Amino acid sequence: MYQYDQFDHLIIRERIAQYRDQVQRRIAGELTEEEFLPLRLQNGLYMQRHAYMLRIAVPYGLLSSQQMRMFAHIARKYDRGYGHFTTRQNIQFNWIELEQTPDILADLASVEMHAIQTSGNCIRNVTSDEFAGVAADEIIDPRPYAEVLRQWSTFHPEFIALPRKFKVAINGAVEDRAAIAVHDIGLTVVKNEAGEIGFKVMVGGGMGRTPILGSVIREFLPREHLLTYTEAIMRVYNQYGRRDNKYKARIKILLKAIGVEEFTRQVEEEWADLKGSEQTLTLEEMERIIAYFQPHAYKELPAIDPSAEHAGNKAFGNWLKRNVKPHKVPGYAAVVLSLKKTGVPPGDATAEQMDFMADLADRYSFSELRVTHEQNIVLADVEQSKLFALWTEIKARGLATPNIGLLTDMICCPGGDFCSLANAKSIPIAASIAERFDHLDFLHDIGDIELNISGCINACGHHHVGSIGVLGVDKDGSEWYQVSIGGSQGNNSAIGKIIGPSFSAQQMPEVIDRLLQVYVRERTPDERFVDTAQRLGVAPFKDFVYATPIADAGRLVGEDEYA
Amino acid sequence: MPDQIIKGRSIVANEWQLLRLAEGQEAASVAVPAGKTIVPLAVWEAQRETLSTRSDIGVWLAPDQRPEVLREDLPRFGVIAVDFPKFTDGRGYSIAYNLRMRLGYKGELRAIGDVLRDQLFSMQRVGFDAYDTRKDRSIEDALKGLTVFSETYQASVDTKAPLFRRHHRSASAEHKDAGAGI
Repeated sequence: MYQYDQFDHLIIRERIAQYRDQVQRRIAGELTEEEFLPLRLQNGLYMQRHAYMLRIAVPYGLLSSQQMRMFAHIARKYDRGYGHFTTRQNIQFNWIELEQTPDILADLASVEMHAIQTSGNCIRNVTSDEFAGVAADEIIDPRPYAEVLRQWSTFHPEFIALPRKFKVAINGAVEDRAAIAVHDIGLTVVKNEAGEIGFKVMVGGGMGRTPILGSVIREFLPREHLLTYTEAIMRVYNQYGRRDNKYKARIKILLKAIGVEEFTRQVEEEWADLKGSEQTLTLEEMERIIAYFQPHAYKELPAIDPSAEHAGNKAFGNWLKRNVKPHKVPGYAAVVLSLKKTGVPPGDATAEQMDFMADLADRYSFSELRVTHEQNIVLADVEQSKLFALWTEIKARGLATPNIGLLTDMICCPGGDFCSLANAKSIPIAASIAERFDHLDFLHDIGDIELNISGCINACGHHHVGSIGVLGVDKDGSEWYQVSIGGSQGNNSAIGKIIGPSFSAQQMPEVIDRLLQVYVRERTPDERFVDTAQRLGVAPFKDFVYATPIADAGRLVGEDEYA
Repeated sequence: MPDQIIKGRSIVANEWQLLRLAEGQEAASVAVPAGKTIVPLAVWEAQRETLSTRSDIGVWLAPDQRPEVLREDLPRFGVIAVDFPKFTDGRGYSIAYNLRMRLGYKGELRAIGDVLRDQLFSMQRVGFDAYDTRKDRSIEDALKGLTVFSETYQASVDTKAPLFRRHHRSASAEHKDAGAGI
């Protein structure tokens, strides 16, 4: 993985000094809260319902065991003993004191980490495929280019006060696991006919209040032009993105307003005299960065069937089936450690679990871990022959729930329990659904399904692209939940469709149950929930879910303005 | 309190008065005072004939105005200013970039409006060289904002080459003591 040189260290050190001074000026009253707000946000510090939340960048989700141990240390020293891994592959701590944040940054810097631009109206942490570098279907490892973008976007002087936040994702595999279609910029690393590496450039995707899939504005951008072309996009957006209404300020609204063709024309015109400028990547720089992402020293191993010696062990078999993913090197596998154990908020891990996962990485996986955008942790390079030993260890620590890709592998934002933006709680909804369906055979029968829950329209829980999406809404001061189906991420991205009036929290497990009943009744062999939902449309699901009232302490299904 | 601005990296007396149109004032009819005056773009355009005979006129741009409209007139101005009505409005950074890089403007480029210490480093990078900082804050403190970072990753107006073209980069063992100096 990438390692800081003296320049990276210098910039981070000077950043900490700058931020420490900003915090002191805030405490001394020299900065008003309004003035301090964008400064702290650009350092990932949010004021939440109960305390400050600090979001730390995990560049493209890749972590060393040492960095994971630092998270455990921060959880113990500055928080309440746990942290929350996010859908943008970062980690958040929910109980932070403002005065301590500079010290946390100093601790992070000691392991080459920071919280720069994890929030605010700037270019955020670049996200990527959690199986980058090891996926069997990978064409080109996207991480070096994510790192190139990380450095370029860090404190970019011109793009620090954009109309709104700006998110970039890069995929380099056949299957898109980085959800590029719902990002402000979604890049796919590709090769052209001549074998040259470049990018397919997609712009203007996003979720939130106006979910839109991105549009391709360039089929092939040679890789040396990555930064100048991105600069052109950013300059067009910085000048012409709306600033009068924060809900219409994302680049997707600009694209929609002027059209893809006109937007593309403006970007190409802007790029015309940036092309070939000093910011153009040199071969030397690309090779320098790529060198940090060389394959590990893999052993020559035979590919084996890891279940062969444990044929009678159904639990291990279930785990292999759901939580173990193919690796490009024979004899190795990628393992997903599930942070979705029933009874635990999705994505949460305790300090003890973090230390334990770091130890596992040291012993099984070249001391590296990845955070997935589905809020789990990956050990990417495990020898197949050691899978059983690994499973035995993690089972005892609550990290082996065999539910990756299943109903209980939910994406869920922190919601109204923590977040001051939320309209409704999301974690208790996740918990009540997880409890209702805490039955492995049933979950495995239902198979691949993405249940995504957001506590508000900002869509941190990615509800628009869930096979089933749940959105918390506020109606006259009480919490309601709007349900959509048929959304999907990846190569066949789609925005889910709302099935009808919203539900109370107590009704939600039954709503999910009824949706699943329709699926089980209607599915063709091997058809996933999302495919059935897209094939049939909303109607049969809606008819069944609303056919009879769902009891909720005497109340019936509410009529709702959001329907 | 003396009327001062930051010019380059020094605090100097502000020699320019800033004309903003009050409510009801028209660009075509507003009286432009004698002496060094920075006028709104609309006033320059409306009164170009008279103003272009003077050598003590500057012009300022609002965030939604394009610097290209000044292309032919650039050498006439003693100063061009860019207004930041709110420090969270970043359009002025791109205006400055375009003035310097696209239009080749070489004269004084001044940030006006909601200009605070923590923006100055970025402003200097995109081509500003003068800062009319907010009067309710210490200008001596604001000056510190210009020297926050001694290295930067990307190219901009101040440094045309990105870090990777300026330095040989590699992570060597002696730089692994990340905590040093914090």
